Amino acid sequence: MTNSINEIENAEVILVSGSNTTEAHPQVARRMLDAVDRGARLIVIDPRRTRLAECAHLHLALRPGTDIPLLNAMMRVLLDEGLADDLFIEMRTENFLALRDMLNRLDLEATAALTGVDLPLIRQAAQLYGRARKAVICYCLGVTQHVCGTENVQTIANLAMLAGHIEKEDTGVDPLRGQNNVQGACDMGALPNMLPSYQDVANQDYRDKFERAWGVSLPEAPGMTLVKMTHGGAQGPIRAMFIMGENPMLSDPTLNKVEETLRGLDFLVVSDIFLTETARLAQVVFPAACFAEKSGSFTNSERRVQMVRKAVAPPGECRADSEIIMALSNRLGYAMEYDSSGEVMEEIALLSPIYGGMHHDRLEQNWGLQWPCWDRSHAGTPFLHKYYFTRGKGHFMPASHTEPGETPDQEYPLLLMTGRIYHQYHTGTMTRKSERLSRECDHAVLQINPKDAKAMGLRQGEMVRLVSRRGEITLAASITDQVEPGMVYTTFHFAEAPINRLTNDAFDTGSGCPEYKVCAVRVEKTMSS
Amino acid sequence: MQDVLTTCVYCGCGCGLYLHVEDGQVRGSQPSRHHPVSRDNLCVKGWHIHESINHPDRLTTPLIRKNGVLTPSPWEEALDFTARQLGHIRDQHSGSAIGVLASAKCTNEENYLLQKFARTALNTNNVDHCARL
Repeated sequence: MTNSINEIENAEVILVSGSNTTEAHPQVARRMLDAVDRGARLIVIDPRRTRLAECAHLHLALRPGTDIPLLNAMMRVLLDEGLADDLFIEMRTENFLALRDMLNRLDLEATAALTGVDLPLIRQAAQLYGRARKAVICYCLGVTQHVCGTENVQTIANLAMLAGHIEKEDTGVDPLRGQNNVQGACDMGALPNMLPSYQDVANQDYRDKFERAWGVSLPEAPGMTLVKMTHGGAQGPIRAMFIMGENPMLSDPTLNKVEETLRGLDFLVVSDIFLTETARLAQVVFPAACFAEKSGSFTNSERRVQMVRKAVAPPGECRADSEIIMALSNRLGYAMEYDSSGEVMEEIALLSPIYGGMHHDRLEQNWGLQWPCWDRSHAGTPFLHKYYFTRGKGHFMPASHTEPGETPDQEYPLLLMTGRIYHQYHTGTMTRKSERLSRECDHAVLQINPKDAKAMGLRQGEMVRLVSRRGEITLAASITDQVEPGMVYTTFHFAEAPINRLTNDAFDTGSGCPEYKVCAVRVEKTMSS
Repeated sequence: MQDVLTTCVYCGCGCGLYLHVEDGQVRGSQPSRHHPVSRDNLCVKGWHIHESINHPDRLTTPLIRKNGVLTPSPWEEALDFTARQLGHIRDQHSGSAIGVLASAKCTNEENYLLQKFARTALNTNNVDHCARL
């Protein structure tokens, strides 16, 4: 997020795209709804009528996968109506002419028709966003989990820069990060192409710096992304895997392929707090301490690095993952000795510029610090891109529509989207152990429009078979107009109905992000009636 | 009874919450009143966070697959066996035959150590996590 979470409540216009915020980011949704109470305008771009969409002043129910034409149409309206921020474009950006030429060539009517959203509604949204003094765009996986995810994000950045809605407090572009520490895991260089603090592994200078600090020579070729590793097949290039606290056997796309790959490995070791679907396939499983049994830090979506404090001793013989890593490293001939997580953080601060001033004694105070925090005297950064962008000038990246990897046809006539719900989390490893959360929701349901349900003669709660080219599962039908005719929606929390057996293995070539938001399926009755 | 201030482990909001500790066990949770994100509020998952911590299904010993069955084993054996296997594959094929998945649920410090371990001890850049899922 370029902003802090609390800044959202001061915005005049909030544009939310591809985020089921009330379910997946409850505290962010709270700020959005507080802002609406104070008079802010809320625009929601989502194919489904989510709870947030119901609270919105404008709901742009686009056809899934048409984010780029929708935003391009909004930008064209900004240009046509003189709502572009000329001074910002002149001072802070480059490549504007390419964007302008592309937008001016756009057939506005045809573009709107492609998205399925009425042009007057698009016009209204553009005017609201363009005229606001302070406006934020919040987006989530509904934007990124497409074959054109990278272009979708670049188009959002184009819109924000065109309107000059960046660089100020309460104004910016806010990707909502999913997991508690997904931001931190990226910051720490748990990425195949990046050393800590986004220092490119292919860059000799950065590698030199880490080689000097770590005392070994480092591999220079960028590594494989997660899905490349888990989709290599039984005879793939990866022969062994070490998986710490992840459950690809439920979370990754096209699970049949993941299972084939993991079963085909020469060696699989998993460290986790429960025996997950992935751990069941391992040769060795380490019992890990959970967050309440160790100390360290997490980095939240607003880049706030905060302390995690040990409250109790781990059960049985559980050990913290850091102890496990150190023990293995020492056995493999690379000595690792740290007395505390604080000592590890000192090394992080030394090598990662954006964490340069992050020391545990400072994080203990004032609810942590937001990066970039360059040194011990730096107070942290509540919002990004004041005065300049990280790369210097903001570069407009014009993009045009890309069709999804798979679209509905006669055989598979429905479009499937997947997502999360409020009472469960990710693969349910933790939440499904909670009786109270399971009482609220303990099974997967398939949202289907009343029109489609009627045509098939489905009743509410009836068990149906959901089939794609890659697999099938059985789950209960939930008849609701939250989804449009021709679309169905479900979650990936439940091992009994592992939806990722069905999802497509089409990926965004830029980021490697799987296309979870579009694949083609059909619904079959399980009983004849 | 003792209250320990910490950070929630579920979503990217990062609420500040207190864990209520009694007899060495976490019995409940409560939002921090002044924390900038939680502001005296938690979602239903935060309020019930203790239930998974104390769950009887928690893994408590290392397991090694012996005759096809995951069998409780001593730490030393599990660590030695794992290091031997990983070392063997690293030396036979190369580090690039090993894949490492870090965790968006683990701490910064652990993720730092894991990618360092992958790049130094295992000599591979094949390290990633669920950022795209």
